[in-house]
Amino acid sequence: MNIFKIIEDIQKVDPEVYDRLDSRRQVFKNMGSIGKKTALAAVPFALGSVFQKAYGQSSNMVLDVLNFALKLEYLERNFYTQGLEASGLITDSAARGAIEQIQMHEAAHVDLLKSTIESLNGTPIDEPTFDFGKNFPNWNSDYQTFLTLAQAFEDTGVRAYKGQAANLLNNDTVLTVALQIHSVEARHAAHVRRMRGNMGWIEGAGDNSNVPEGAQAVYAGEDNVMQGGVNDVKAVGAGYSVAIATAAFDEPLSKEQVAQIVSLFE
Amino acid sequence: MKKLHDKPADQVKSESGSFNALMQRRAFFRYAGATAAATTMILGFSSCDDDNEEMMPVEPDTVDLGSGDTGILNYAYALEQLEAAFYATVVDRSLSMFSQSEQQIMQDLKGHEGIHRDFLKAALGSAAIPDLEVDFSSIDFEDKSNILATASTFEDLGVAAYNGAGQYLENAGFLTLAGKIVSVEARHAAVIRDLISNGTFSDSANNMGLDPAMMPADVLKAAAPFIKTKISANNLPK
Repeated sequence: MNIFKIIEDIQKVDPEVYDRLDSRRQVFKNMGSIGKKTALAAVPFALGSVFQKAYGQSSNMVLDVLNFALKLEYLERNFYTQGLEASGLITDSAARGAIEQIQMHEAAHVDLLKSTIESLNGTPIDEPTFDFGKNFPNWNSDYQTFLTLAQAFEDTGVRAYKGQAANLLNNDTVLTVALQIHSVEARHAAHVRRMRGNMGWIEGAGDNSNVPEGAQAVYAGEDNVMQGGVNDVKAVGAGYSVAIATAAFDEPLSKEQVAQIVSLFE
Repeated sequence: MKKLHDKPADQVKSESGSFNALMQRRAFFRYAGATAAATTMILGFSSCDDDNEEMMPVEPDTVDLGSGDTGILNYAYALEQLEAAFYATVVDRSLSMFSQSEQQIMQDLKGHEGIHRDFLKAALGSAAIPDLEVDFSSIDFEDKSNILATASTFEDLGVAAYNGAGQYLENAGFLTLAGKIVSVEARHAAVIRDLISNGTFSDSANNMGLDPAMMPADVLKAAAPFIKTKISANNLPK
């Protein structure tokens, strides 16, 4: 692979490529040192990382991610707020306590994301109008339906944040905040799953998640066993079952996949 | 490069999504693809993305995690070794003191941490640190509440460690990979907390709804009483 040929090619479609690369991390100096101490096979790695840094993110992309996350947090906050207000829906005191805590976190996430967007000179999106009854008419009268949706929202939230982490690679502060929200969503997910009698983790493509057919999109791809260049992660060490291998890794969702899921409630 | 074909198209797309959104230039896709292909390679190198030319010296008998992304992955590997060894011991020695549903949880935790450890070792290849020697002498494996308290410490520490280390990764593929693992650690942490006291699953979060993020030096200090092998994080990205 000829790095300079590649950059020349890129220059044909992006005349500013040299500026982008050079202003970032003195890339050519770095590439020189990479060449000195690294096997040739590793160069694509380094190169990928260089381009990721140069092209992967702009402040607009970070703002897009934050507004994307804000929409999900609006949805969750709205859902739990309404659920807690629905009479006779959440009656058990332990369940109420858990849902109240989750609602409080989602509300805090909304506030934090809005202020973060503003601090980056962006404009937070307004809260959309959600229609939880659109496809689930008994969402606020039937406790089990409510919990099923809660599980779907939390597991979707975990996957959605995970899918955007790489788009925040260049903004350490925002990335870290996103990760700190991401793990809280995972804690919520585990608890809500157990409130429904499920295990806290996702085996296969939702095999142990007890959701109706229409909600399968929430778990699409969770049965992946190819991780980081290991073609079959079941085969590492002394070997692992499909259930262990799939539950041990949560999978990301793309923005489009998340939008598809959210559209069921808009 | 051949590995690209081993990868499902949707995965390649999601890993190069950042390019797609910004560039919208067809000619560039080939290079975005190259990134995706590169991230599928098993690590067979040492510290290629390291900005510092000079490596800090390491004392003899000390395991150096290394630098750059390799160092961060070795750091994760060290913590997964600790967790895996712990749950293997719990399942070996303490299973009978748990209820049937709790036993299933302990078996799953042993499996998840075991596969995290073995996966990271495989991914790191020759860059992997050696097996660490653990020290569980302070844990009473005859005492359920002590076991759960220790599990909670390890799981919350693991979550905080991954949350704090993400910003040091340079490679998008590795960042996503760390994300795949950390949310499972958070699920564990929540379940263990609930086993100790139901409803405390996310009490780790502050009033902004954020889980802790800890720096490697602090994490390793907290883990040190349970690891006999001396570990140096001196060359990790800062």
